[in-house]
This record gives sequence, C-alpha cells and structure tokens, in this order.
Amino acid sequence: MSANIENTNGGNGDAAPVKLTRKDYVSDQEVRWCPGCGDYAILAQVQKVMPELGIKRENTVFVSGIGCSSRFPYYMNTYGFHSIHGRAPAVATGIKASNPELSVWVITGDGDALSIGGNHLIHAIRRNLDINILLFNNRIYGLTKGQYSPTSEFGKKTKSTPFGVIDYPLNPLSVALAAESTFVARSVDTFTTHLQEMVERAMRHKGVSFVEIYQNCNIFNDHAFDMFTERAVKDDRTISLEHGKPLVFGKEKNRGVKMRSDMHLEVVELNDTTTEADLIVHNEKAPDSYLAYMLSRMEYPDYPVPIGVFRDVEKPTYEDLLESQIESAIAKLGPGSLEKLINSGDTWVIE
Amino acid sequence: MSSTTILNNVEERHIEELDAVTIRFAGDSGDGMQLTGTQFTNTSAVLGNDISTLPDFPAEIRAPAGSLPGVSGFQLNFSNHDIRTPGDAPNVLVAMNPAALKVNLADLDAGGILIVNTDAFNENNLKKAGYAINPLDDDSLSGYRLFKIPITTANRAALRDEVKISSKEIDRCKNFWALGLMYWLYDRPLDSTLNWIEAKFKKNAELVKANITALKAGFAYAEAAELFTTHYRVKRAAIAPGKYRNITGNEATALGCIAASVLAEKPLFYASYPITPASDILHALSSYKNFGVKTFQAEDEIAAMCAAIGAAFAGQLGLTGTSGPGLALKSEALGLAVMTELPVVVIDVQRGGPSTGLPTKTEQADLLQAMFGRNGECPVAIVAPATASDCFAMAIEAFRIATKHMVPVIYLSDGYLANGAEPWLLPKLDELPKFEVKYHTEAAGFQPYARDGETLARPWGIPGTPGLEHRIGGIEKQDITGNVSYDAENHMHMVKTRQEKVDRIANDIPDLEVFGEAEGRLLVLGWGSTCGSITSAVEEMQQQGYSVSSAHLRHLNPFPKNLGELLGKFDRVLVPELNMGQLAMLLRARYLIPAISFPKVKGKPFKISELTAKMKEVYED
Repeated sequence: MSANIENTNGGNGDAAPVKLTRKDYVSDQEVRWCPGCGDYAILAQVQKVMPELGIKRENTVFVSGIGCSSRFPYYMNTYGFHSIHGRAPAVATGIKASNPELSVWVITGDGDALSIGGNHLIHAIRRNLDINILLFNNRIYGLTKGQYSPTSEFGKKTKSTPFGVIDYPLNPLSVALAAESTFVARSVDTFTTHLQEMVERAMRHKGVSFVEIYQNCNIFNDHAFDMFTERAVKDDRTISLEHGKPLVFGKEKNRGVKMRSDMHLEVVELNDTTTEADLIVHNEKAPDSYLAYMLSRMEYPDYPVPIGVFRDVEKPTYEDLLESQIESAIAKLGPGSLEKLINSGDTWVIE
Repeated sequence: MSSTTILNNVEERHIEELDAVTIRFAGDSGDGMQLTGTQFTNTSAVLGNDISTLPDFPAEIRAPAGSLPGVSGFQLNFSNHDIRTPGDAPNVLVAMNPAALKVNLADLDAGGILIVNTDAFNENNLKKAGYAINPLDDDSLSGYRLFKIPITTANRAALRDEVKISSKEIDRCKNFWALGLMYWLYDRPLDSTLNWIEAKFKKNAELVKANITALKAGFAYAEAAELFTTHYRVKRAAIAPGKYRNITGNEATALGCIAASVLAEKPLFYASYPITPASDILHALSSYKNFGVKTFQAEDEIAAMCAAIGAAFAGQLGLTGTSGPGLALKSEALGLAVMTELPVVVIDVQRGGPSTGLPTKTEQADLLQAMFGRNGECPVAIVAPATASDCFAMAIEAFRIATKHMVPVIYLSDGYLANGAEPWLLPKLDELPKFEVKYHTEAAGFQPYARDGETLARPWGIPGTPGLEHRIGGIEKQDITGNVSYDAENHMHMVKTRQEKVDRIANDIPDLEVFGEAEGRLLVLGWGSTCGSITSAVEEMQQQGYSVSSAHLRHLNPFPKNLGELLGKFDRVLVPELNMGQLAMLLRARYLIPAISFPKVKGKPFKISELTAKMKEVYED
C-alpha cells in the first residue's frame, strides 16, 4: 500500500496534515440506492474507515463495474471510475500497474464479478496486484430487477427462473482461494464493526485482498441472510475466525469445529470428552490454502457460516515485480536512448 | 563437394546487370523459408538495394510436412532504383519440395528461373502435392529455366564430416545451403548472414559451424558447378541519402510508440493479448523495459483494452494492440474510452476476416468496424500508416492526436505492413514532431469535463493530484461537471460534442497531397498499406501519358479538410481497397460522389498490373 501515510484535506499538497473525517469522504452526489438497501451500510463503514487508513485522499481510487453496488464510486469523494460490466478488475489492474502509489479499490457484485467478469476477477487475483476487492454478494441481480445470479441458491424462484434455478451456485471465497488470493475475508453489511475491521485488514494487506460482504437486497431478495445474521441467531449460526484460536462458536461458546479423520469438518459440542484441544486452530497464515478452502465450504444450515479472515499471506505483488523488471533493465542497459534504439540493428549509409 | 575444389573457373562466369529481381523462396513451414528470405533481404538492404518483402506463411505452425497447406513462402523485390512493392510476380522461384512448386509455380514469370531441391521430389512428397508424374521428369517445366539441384544431399555431404550434430540438425541447415547458392547467383556478400549466425547460435559452437559451413558450401557449389553460366548483379539503388535500416511495420510501430513516449515525456503502458499478426508488437515493446515501458499480457482482449483505459486514467500513454477479432471484443470498452474521453491508442493489425478468417493473410476490412463498430453514437479518431516505415510516424501521430484531443485513436495497420520489410531512412530526433502533454494540476475551479476552446478536449487530471478527486464512468456525463446526467438536452449536446471533438482534429492534420496533377481525368484514392502498389501503378500510367493522379489517406477519421474539394477536381475517382468497398462507401455517403470501388479480398496485396488494368478500364468508360 501507499507509503504516503499523512492525511491532507486535499487541494493543497503543502498544507499541514489535517485529520480527515468520514465527511471528507462523502461526495456531493445524491445516493440513489433503494431505501433500506444494504449498500448504505457498507458505504457508511468504508467512509468511516478511510480516514483511519493513513492514505492520502488523492491517492485513493475506487473502481467499479456495473450493478447496484457499482454506483459506489460516485459517492466516495476520492478518484473514482465507474467502468463497464465485469471489467473493474481489468481497469484497476491498469491503474495500479501504472501507479503503484495509488490505493486501488474494486467495488463489485456477485453478477458483475462472478458472471460477466469472472475471467477478469480470477486473473486479477492470481497476479496478486495490491488492490482491494469488495464483492457485495446479495445473491440476485438487482439493477436489472430480479434475475438469479451465480450465487443464487439452487432451486430459487426468481423473475428469470419461475420454476426454480437449475444451475449450481458458485462460492465466491472458494473461487478466490482457487485463484490463489493472498487475502480472503468475509463480513456482513449489518455487522458494522466487523465490516470496518475487514475493510481495514484488506487495506493493510500487501497484495490482492478479496472480501465478500453479504449484502441484503430488500427489494428482490429480502432477508437473504437473516437466518444466520439476525441478532437472535447470529452467535449460534456464524463463527468468527480468529488467527491462532480454536474454532469455537455459539452464544455459550459451547460448540466448535473439528476435523474428522476422513477429512470432513464436523460441528461438535464441547464437553468433558470433547474440548477446545480437539478443535481446528485457525491459521490464516498457512502457506497452503487447504484449511481456508475447507472453511469456505462451510454453509448454513450444515455449519455455522464463517466470517473474518480466512487467509492472509504475502508474496511479491505484480506491480512491484513489474517495477523491478524495469529497474533491472535500466541498471543493465542504461536508461533508454531513442537515438540508440532507432540506430540499432544492421544499418547502412547511402551517400 | 569439398570446399577446396571449388575455386576454378570463377573469372570466366558472365555477370549480367539487372535493374530489379523478385525472388520467392518456398518450402515447408519447417524449412526455414522466412529466415532465408529475411537474411537475403537484410544482405540486399545493407548492400544498398531498395527492397520490399512479402512473407506469406500458413496459420498452422507445422502443417503436415510436404502438404500443400504447409507451404511457406517469402517474396522479396530488390532493385537499383526506388521500389514500393514486393513485385507482382517472382522472376525466380526456389522450391524446396513438390508442394512448394505446386503452390507457387503459377506465379512465376514465363521464362523465370526455377531452382528445385530434387531430393525432395520423392514418391511420397509428389503424392502429397498431388503430382501423378514427377514434373521434373516430363516437359511441364520447359517454359522456365529449370535448375535441378540435390540440395539435401549436397548439404549433408558438406556437413557430415565437419560437425558433430545429428542428421536431423544437419538437414535443418539446408536452407542456409540454398541461401549460399542464391548469394552466389546474385553476387551478394556473406558477411551479414555470417554475423547473424554467430550472434544467433553463440551458445552452441557446433551450430555456428554447421550453418556457416552450409552457407559457404551452397555458395561454393554454385561457383564450382557448371550449372549456372551467368550470375547477376543488382547495383545499389539511387535512393535518398542518409542512414538506413531494414524494418517491418510491426517493428516500426513498436519503435513509434516508444518514440511517442519519449517525445511526450510520459510513460507507455501496453496491454495486449496475443493475436496474429499483432503479437510481434508485444514482443518488441516487452523488450524495451529500460524505456520505462510497462507491458501487460492480459487474460483477454477486453481486459487489455480496459487495462489500457485504466492506465490512461492514471496518466500513462495507454495502448492496446490486436487484430480484427480482438477489436470486436474491445468495442464495448472502446465506447467507455469515448465516454470518459481518455487518450488511448488501439492498434489493429488487420487480417483476413470475418471471424477467425485468414489469420496470417492481409486485408483492410476493419475500416467500418473501426468507424462504427460500437453501440451508440461513438466516434473515434482513425489513422492508418501507408508503408512499413510510415508505421513509425503514424504511431507517434496517433498518440499526438489522442493526448491533444483527449480521444481514443484507432491505428489501422495490416498483415502486409506488419510483416513486410523495407529500408527505413532513419529519422533525426530533432525532426520528430514535438508534442507537449500536460496533466491538469490546478485544483481551483477544476471541472473534469471543462472544455478546451480550440479542441474541446477535457482536462487530464490524474489520480495522485490533490484537489482533483473526481469520478468518471460510462454513464452519460453532464458537460463541464462530469456528473451523471440523464437529461435529454444534455445527452444530445454531449453526443454532438463527442463528434465535434473528432471533427476538429481536421484542423490539426495536414491537407491531403496529390501525386501527379491536381486535377484531371482520374484520381486513385487509397488508404493504408496499398500505398506502394497504387503509387507505382499510377506512376506507370502517368509515364504512359494518362491523366491519372493518386492521393493516399493516412487520416481516416476525420478526413483531411481538402478531401472533398480534391475529389471534385477529377472526372472519375477510383478507390482500390483490400475489402469490398468500405472507404468507397464512406466517400459516397460523405461527399455524394460516384466513387468507383475496386475491391480485392484474397489475403494478398494489389499487384501493380491489376491496378493499371483497372485504371485503364475506368479511364475509358
């Protein structure tokens, strides 16, 4: 991430650092999501976290594709690029590779990222550019008014599937892990503090960060996540991943997840014979992604739904490798001389 | 054949002076014909001949050996005077096997020199080429000066005891043996190729020795054998004085993009997906990292376009390159570049279409795609280089227009320009067009869609600049503020503004020049890679006393301002194109003139003779 850790209020690079606030990140554009949309909550948390991240506002770029979530950049008082359907990761790649000093954020949805933009998503991830991808997953196409998406549940009745969805859904985190994402996390629009934490962790991770955010579409897919995110049930039906800690959950902290000898994850009750020592200890730093992948497969109602950081490892970023190739070419060949380049190869002179 | 017994009789051979020669090397795609042709070209260029080349190779990397589709050819024209085309028909054909003979014989001049590798004319190869009877045994080749040479055996004999490489590797040297023979026949020095071999195989001394031995053995064979009674000389050409190098269109395009970056003092970002015949531009640019150029091999054509747009947003010279099928994939994102008014350049090295079409053959059929192939009213600027060396100048021109006018520019090259070579008079750096590119930095009063009074360009304010934080995107923009706007009047205003931006480029490009008289009976108007053939054909007509002139468009959107007036000064306007009449359609629509289309879509450039014949027909009508 950017080395520029001062905040300024913009407009004058020489001004003494002024502590920015949430308001500095609010653009003058009227927010036009449906009242009650989960996107409002996500926007609010991102605007709240941004001043804490230590990035200059002018060095921040939000890039999006098409869909409800992709209006997001218009509402951030930073640089923003509302691109075309599915292509935000490719636009972001061009921006970040051009200027590694910029903090580049991709805002996308389940249709944008996983359907029309699936190819760009996996390739941006595998290149490990230091960009932050926030995928708002509401399991529906909202902007086109209610067709099923690649994350819609099998059998779901939607406008385009009156008899039920007959294609099997994708799991965004499994996809990100398969594409070798170096940072993978999940949060929920209504878990405000947790969401802020995930956004901040994503930013602080050097390398690609992929965050799935469960987001409620109250018009076309209302209550999509209530069964495990509602206050009354969330402690029993979600599990918060914490590095180095055993996988314990439940209001009473009386349940856990263990690995069976046949490599299946099993939910167990903690008691005298089964203790925390029997449970999986979460390791987000594991060099391989097996554990993270297994955790990504845990779905309600068979398992509590994991939230938090699944994976956080480091490897060289694309933009750094690109810069270092240029530096070594210059070191080896000297800075490019157009004169020399034009005159290279077999030349001859006509008198 | 031992190399010690060859130096007899040399002085007795007759040397004949020729003005120009067109040779075609043809063989299996694995026979190294492209390399052989390129070496002959470089040697001739360094010798001071004018040259023009036409590589013609199959799309398959290795089609079945000996088969007709596997034939690869390389034609070059070298001369003692100024030439513009690789020659209508070869005077000399080197056929390394029966299939190469079958595919190419019809093109050979009557009475032309035909050199065949007799070793390859075995039963199996003859069958694959569809010969019931060996053409070397009947009198079917009596109309040519046939030289039957056992190239494979002679090469083996020369190398067998000299080098420690496998017999397969020995056989792979036979193209250099044939090249050596041709060097003798056309009185060329070996130095340039010897240097090349030493550099190319510097890590393998045996291969250096093998190829050098083969080259010298072929040369010695020609010198010693009584086969050739004459050898030929083509003196250096009287072309403009200066320093030259041999260059293909793709090489010149890459150099032009680097030059644009140096002249604009802005870094170049090239995003591309491999595609024939554009990939060499990616190869070249990726090797120029010490110029600070960043190359990005994207996951697909769309990503390449989008990354170039992202780079342009971030303040780089955003560039992507492709061929026709790739341009189709980029079209939606190109619309985004139009909407966001960012300076990106899109190189389209056109090839035969539609769909996958003829990947290795040339065509000019993407003009209308470049003009109109997007949703909505979506004008982009279009330029087209006229020759391989013009690619250098037009690449610079594309970036000059893009950055000054804040518009995407499509650069239409084609397979013929891309792979064909000619001598390039090296430009002096101080003669290159200067163009200053400035980012907007003033925060006070900044509006992302404010307009320059002259060009209507919007300011280029890039991320990282304090106080210019703004949002752009594909939704219609309110003029000046750049805010999202669905307003009816604003939309019409913006559609017109985007068109007006492109139209005003006409104030910033040179008038179209006429080759010949400024008025008369017939104007031949072309664009892009047909320049050489058209100019040569028109010159021939002029020498025969016809009132024919030509003009060649290098700016296709907008057209030069004087085009309409010029068209009106001729009784007839003929438009030869390697498509079904796309420019002719634009001229008819724009200027309401009965432009006569002369289409050709055979994957090959125009022959001079085809053009003169058509001109005569139109002339008399």
